[in-house]
Amino acid sequence: MAILRNNSPAFVKAEWRVILVFLVFSALVNVSDGQAKNSCLDCHSALPEPLGVTQDTFAGDIHSQKGLSCVSCHGGDATSDEPDQAMSRKAGWKGKIDRKQVPQLCGSCHSDPAYIRQFNPSLRTDQLDQYRTSVHGKRFAAGDGKVAVCTDCHSVHDLRAPSDPRSTVNPVNVAMTCSRCHSDANYMKEYSIPTDQFARYSQSVHHDALAVRGDLSAPTCTTCHGNHGAVPPGVDKVQNVCSTCHVFQAQMYEQSLHKKAFQARSLPGCVVCHSNHAITHPTDAKLGTGPGATCTECHTPGDKCDQARAELLGGLNRLDASIRHADEVVALAESSGMEVSEARLGQNQARDALTKARVTVHSFRQDLMDQDIQAGLNIAAKDLEAGQKAMAEYKHRRIGLGVSLLAIGTVLVSLRLFIKKIES
Amino acid sequence: MAMTNPGEPTPVSRRGFVAAFLGGGFLLSAAAFLYPVVRYLIPPKTADMGSDSVLAAKVGELKPNSGKIFRFGSRPGLLIHTAEGDYRAMSATCTHLSCTVQYRDDLREVWCACHNGKYNLNGRNISGPPPRPLEAFDVQVRGDEIFVRRRREA
Amino acid sequence: MSRLRDVSSWVEERLQWNDLIAPLRKKTVPLHRLSYWYFLGGITLFLFMIQVLTGILLLLYYRPGANEAFESIQYIMTQVQFGWLIRSIHSWSANLMIFTAFAHMFSVLFLKAYRKPRELTWLTGVILLLLLLGFGFSGYLLPWNTLAFFATKVGTEITGQVPIVGNPSMVFLRGGEEVTGATLTRFFGFHVAVLPGLTTLLILLHLLLVQRQGMSVPPSVEAEWAAQPSARREMKFFPNFALRELMAWYVALGALGALAAIFPWNLGVKADPFAPAPAGIKPEWYFLFMFQTLKLIPAKVWFVDGEVLGILAFGAIGLLWILLPFFASAKPSLTKTWITGLAGFALAYITGMSVYGYLAK
Repeated sequence: MAILRNNSPAFVKAEWRVILVFLVFSALVNVSDGQAKNSCLDCHSALPEPLGVTQDTFAGDIHSQKGLSCVSCHGGDATSDEPDQAMSRKAGWKGKIDRKQVPQLCGSCHSDPAYIRQFNPSLRTDQLDQYRTSVHGKRFAAGDGKVAVCTDCHSVHDLRAPSDPRSTVNPVNVAMTCSRCHSDANYMKEYSIPTDQFARYSQSVHHDALAVRGDLSAPTCTTCHGNHGAVPPGVDKVQNVCSTCHVFQAQMYEQSLHKKAFQARSLPGCVVCHSNHAITHPTDAKLGTGPGATCTECHTPGDKCDQARAELLGGLNRLDASIRHADEVVALAESSGMEVSEARLGQNQARDALTKARVTVHSFRQDLMDQDIQAGLNIAAKDLEAGQKAMAEYKHRRIGLGVSLLAIGTVLVSLRLFIKKIES
Repeated sequence: MAMTNPGEPTPVSRRGFVAAFLGGGFLLSAAAFLYPVVRYLIPPKTADMGSDSVLAAKVGELKPNSGKIFRFGSRPGLLIHTAEGDYRAMSATCTHLSCTVQYRDDLREVWCACHNGKYNLNGRNISGPPPRPLEAFDVQVRGDEIFVRRRREA
Repeated sequence: MSRLRDVSSWVEERLQWNDLIAPLRKKTVPLHRLSYWYFLGGITLFLFMIQVLTGILLLLYYRPGANEAFESIQYIMTQVQFGWLIRSIHSWSANLMIFTAFAHMFSVLFLKAYRKPRELTWLTGVILLLLLLGFGFSGYLLPWNTLAFFATKVGTEITGQVPIVGNPSMVFLRGGEEVTGATLTRFFGFHVAVLPGLTTLLILLHLLLVQRQGMSVPPSVEAEWAAQPSARREMKFFPNFALRELMAWYVALGALGALAAIFPWNLGVKADPFAPAPAGIKPEWYFLFMFQTLKLIPAKVWFVDGEVLGILAFGAIGLLWILLPFFASAKPSLTKTWITGLAGFALAYITGMSVYGYLAK
């Protein structure tokens, strides 16, 4: 807005008018949000994309909430409404931050422990260092302008803390954020990695737990790959990653023959049978020979290993069948009105035993499996007995009922006869 | 019943027969009613302490630094005899995905085998996926019996 | 036999009871094609006595209190010898009793036994029916399972809708603003002390009136007998009718036993006040017709809230129902027909709405 410098009364009036508008405007701005004057937003909130940043958007940004503003990153003079003044190099204005400068810029604060301590003493300050070890960081250092930089994942101007459910880096949203590039086949053309990870992850139990059921303990991309130092785990490190949560399975696997065999062939441990991204809910079919069979992908049908497989599967099937049978009898007793809550509780323990057996499978040892299978079979047998006893009791009640109905019938008949007698 | 001359009808004995039949029927039906009632009145062997108080174990049954799963209502409970000698009890249903937890004497913590969740001896979740603590119960030792009770609501 | 006579004369010397029971010895019951309906009152009384007996037995093991009630019934069903039988009989007998009470009331309506001088008998009878419904409502909560908890919540909520007195009544019934353990304790008190006391008094009154006034004869039969006095038949109550009544009671007992053994009463799941209400909560069948009616009334009728209107309507109908015989006495011939019509409509409405309510989601 140019200030007119003619001295005629009309223009003086105009000058005063401008100053009045300026004063009113700044007063309004001050009254409306109580913050210091931010001329950047005053204009840029009215501009279209990609220059547009509204007051509302920026108010949600964590930097804004901590008292930082446009000039903290972009430089310039936020007190002036005149573009030349506000966006002057003399005032330190950097303009649009180029992608190649983003890590450096963010790191200028976020790698400074003394600075960050003023805002959040427990916030980490090694993100830039980690980034430099990641695939993204290494390619970035080599001059690749397409790889992710800070703002690609964390967004900018509406950047939120990861704990905020609306944040692009909240665990529930991380996979979506990564997939913006990694599922874009066009964008990833020149890289030699697949682009189906997100599609496959979306089929997985982990995705179901995290994004659908909201279980924040379930893994997303960054849980296994790291966030700032994102690198796919090495083939020999996969087991370490999975075993963070799946401790028992990893322990069993460690004892097993597969561990040595896979290691010798540089096969990625858990991933061989369970896949890396499309980790679907494993069923006993994995041990079978039909659809979903995993063992037969490597082992020849009929050989020693295949026989062992059949035995392992046999044990699981036996326990499963036994639990189902007991369930049926107990359910029948329950629907006949018998009280079988103790047996129901026992069935839960039997199912726990089956779950444990399915974990022990990872040792691929029949003797260890047998322990768990047998424990489960014992419990299921007890519950079956309880259910059968309940049904027997049910039958007894009917017999008892029959007896009392007989007694009642006798009385009715004899009453009839008696009445006939005394009235004849 | 006295025998009358053959050929003569015996109305008294027939009436007596019906009366006897009726009396017998009454007695039989009365027995069929009273039998369940009398057996009902006799208290059963297992006393009902409600779901509030459960006999979890006997003193001496658990060695120090060991745990035991017992039935509490319709869900499993965990009784721990700590290394220091006192007893702790809590729900044994993991708050993550409902697996049954166990006491680990090597870790001296409560551990869930399903996804490596850990709780301390007060039931508070300290590591892994579990989002909430295990419900803690009160333990009372009376004589040589260890009773576990749900904590009283305010 | 002579022993019995000795005892009898011993008692007579002290109580002079022969004078008291003399009318009973002479009591007769009119015999006609509609005499079978006379059994219904007695069967209802019999089922009530069964309720008292099984109720007292249950009292020996039941524990009122939100954290013990459900478990104590579980204990009765599983650990106590024949506990399942006593409890199932109690639950089945409750339902049968309310059914026979309704049937008894309708038979009185259609056979016009409410006419002068039996207005008070009708009055006590309707109040007894309401007390039985109270028994049913309060007893239903005692197992403290999910269905009972939410049915009580809805039922007391509806009470709260009545203008002015509604909310205080609801708070009184619930023992607070919400349905809690306090409600259970209160309902228990109603169920085992208050209601039995009131019911016993009213039953005694009801029976006294019936004994004093004898059995009513339906107008059509009265007319027949007026035309042909020789056609009039009476049966002695003791022992003839009493023995037949005993047969009816034994049939009822057999039916109860069969129902209890073949269809044992469900216990359900323990109530969790913090869980959401299961879909399609319905009250017990004897409240269904009112519940369904309230559901069908539009949200707003004119300027009045629909549900409130429905509740007030039922209240008004209830009051008029109690006072029915007093309307009949005014103009005997005219009102007799419209009362029959009203009774027919009421029966059809109650039956139809109950079926509808049962089948509706």
